[in-house]
Amino acid sequence: MSALLKRRFVDQIKVMFGWEPTKPTEISPAAQKIHFYKKGNRDLIAEKLHARAHAIHDNKWRTRRWATLILANLLFTFSFFLDIQVLEGALTASRFVGFHLIDLNSGLQVMLAHKHIINNLIIGTGTVLVLWVLLGGRTFCSWICPYHLLAEWAEKIHLFLVKKKLVTDQTMDRRLRTVFWVIFALLAVATGYTVFEAISPTGILSRALIYGPGLALLWVLALLFFEVFFSRRAWCRYACPIGLTYGVVGIISPVRIKYKLDGCFHEGDCRKVCLVPHVLDTVIKGRAIETEVPIGPDCTRCGLCVDTCPTGSLSFEVKGLSKLM
Amino acid sequence: MSDNGSDNASKPAANRTPPLSKAKRQSNRRRFLRTALLTGGVLGAALSGFLPLIYSQKKRLRPPGALDERDLLSSCIKCGQCVQVCPVSAIKLADLIDGMGVGVPYIDARQQACDFSCDAVQCILACPTGSLTYHKPEFLGVRPGAALAAKPILLAKEKDAEPTLNLNERIGLARLTRPEACLAIQGKGFKGQTRGPDFKGMMRYMDVDRWKPIRIADHPYDVPECDLCVRECPIKGAISIETVFAPDGSKRKSPVVHEPCVGCGVCEMVCPVEPAAITIEAREVWKT
Repeated sequence: MSALLKRRFVDQIKVMFGWEPTKPTEISPAAQKIHFYKKGNRDLIAEKLHARAHAIHDNKWRTRRWATLILANLLFTFSFFLDIQVLEGALTASRFVGFHLIDLNSGLQVMLAHKHIINNLIIGTGTVLVLWVLLGGRTFCSWICPYHLLAEWAEKIHLFLVKKKLVTDQTMDRRLRTVFWVIFALLAVATGYTVFEAISPTGILSRALIYGPGLALLWVLALLFFEVFFSRRAWCRYACPIGLTYGVVGIISPVRIKYKLDGCFHEGDCRKVCLVPHVLDTVIKGRAIETEVPIGPDCTRCGLCVDTCPTGSLSFEVKGLSKLM
Repeated sequence: MSDNGSDNASKPAANRTPPLSKAKRQSNRRRFLRTALLTGGVLGAALSGFLPLIYSQKKRLRPPGALDERDLLSSCIKCGQCVQVCPVSAIKLADLIDGMGVGVPYIDARQQACDFSCDAVQCILACPTGSLTYHKPEFLGVRPGAALAAKPILLAKEKDAEPTLNLNERIGLARLTRPEACLAIQGKGFKGQTRGPDFKGMMRYMDVDRWKPIRIADHPYDVPECDLCVRECPIKGAISIETVFAPDGSKRKSPVVHEPCVGCGVCEMVCPVEPAAITIEAREVWKT
């Protein structure tokens, strides 16, 4: 990793905690060359239109992701409902054919509140930690979390209403999520009660899918309502501490999205579909510091940008895998 | 936080960014207000999550092996694995308005009591966080009278090599709360389905099938003197019919609860009168 990418790596961690991405102060000579070439090239517009006309937009990654998310959640439901006992429990804690799995944020909350950690809790949390380090941290959000799917649909309605000029997206300060993370951690320690679990839409939805619906779903509905009419993806973007916990895990994950500068037309389609567009600041014209830039840890690896990019400039990458194979 | 204009004014001229336009400042301020609003909203909702903690003095029947109320609330990860292993579905997860903590397990003994038909208190085995536990960590004290004098003997496996249940504390205590309604005290018998034909509750009957609980409605009774609570109690020596003296000095029969009672609630579930004459006092301790 070059010194420039190292600096960006640290900057992207700050961006995850809520700081706004800044313009790069230094750009590698190779990237500078491409930026320069793009600036002067009038053929680029024709090329861009050509690429746009011929781009095949499929929802390959979205289909895979939705299928995974639905299957994973159904596996919980069927394990109980049909008693096939493959994945017993709920998203907060479960057993996969006997092996303990414990959600990192829920596990952390319980440890902070109860201040006594039994072996099963360590085993479960440890297993899940290794799993999501390997799989990409916030991959949990977009590939497993049931609220994410509902919020994605709510987002579609929201964007439709925005297009019709009926609502506008009310953006907020992203540092709020970090503040919430700290507040809920402190509340757990101070009160000895995992209060976040009481309002976590992930836990509420997961339990509703497995043990049947309850009134707690009203809170989830309220959140979705807020997201449709006021603020795009507000819970995931500005509030959810689970996302931040998994984001921190994803810092060292090998699974990520890679951006290639040379083919990019800087149209910004990817930023429009992205849940966390601040991680895609590098695609803005003149911002890329290297010819290839890995996307930061707040990225949920949902693949919407990969699907939408007309030039294939964004792709999934498993760091080290190409070297191994 | 939002008003960058004034922030920048105090910085040295060298890295001062151009002052923000009035419109930009205004939109920044609005954004800050919205952020504060969302903070308030989410924290407000979170506050409601604390209600169970405030009510934690209220007695609720929790699954066997449950820690004391506050410790249970702090350690439960709300996964429902205890719900999944229970063969009679005695354990339920609390909802938003139950005030017992969203997703925290409880038992409504009148609807479905724990009859230990799993033989080994499997809910405890399933718990990943130690909210339900065989061995309470030392730093969590045991309330006086909550500890059982001896490991309870499960009548269903009395002849097995290991007849006891791995339980050290009771979850409650049965009490004859409405003696005036008790059929045994009135000297009455009982014939038919206790709790009626539509009752969904289940129980394991050893003379039917040790491993398959059946509906109580499918197991009608015919007893000359009602002793259902004693007859169906799964714990050895927890309850018996005794001859007692009534206030007027006359002798009569009455169910009497003894120290081995763990508070499972089977007596409350099978009691044929409505509402039950014998009920479980959740978290109650044995007082000598």
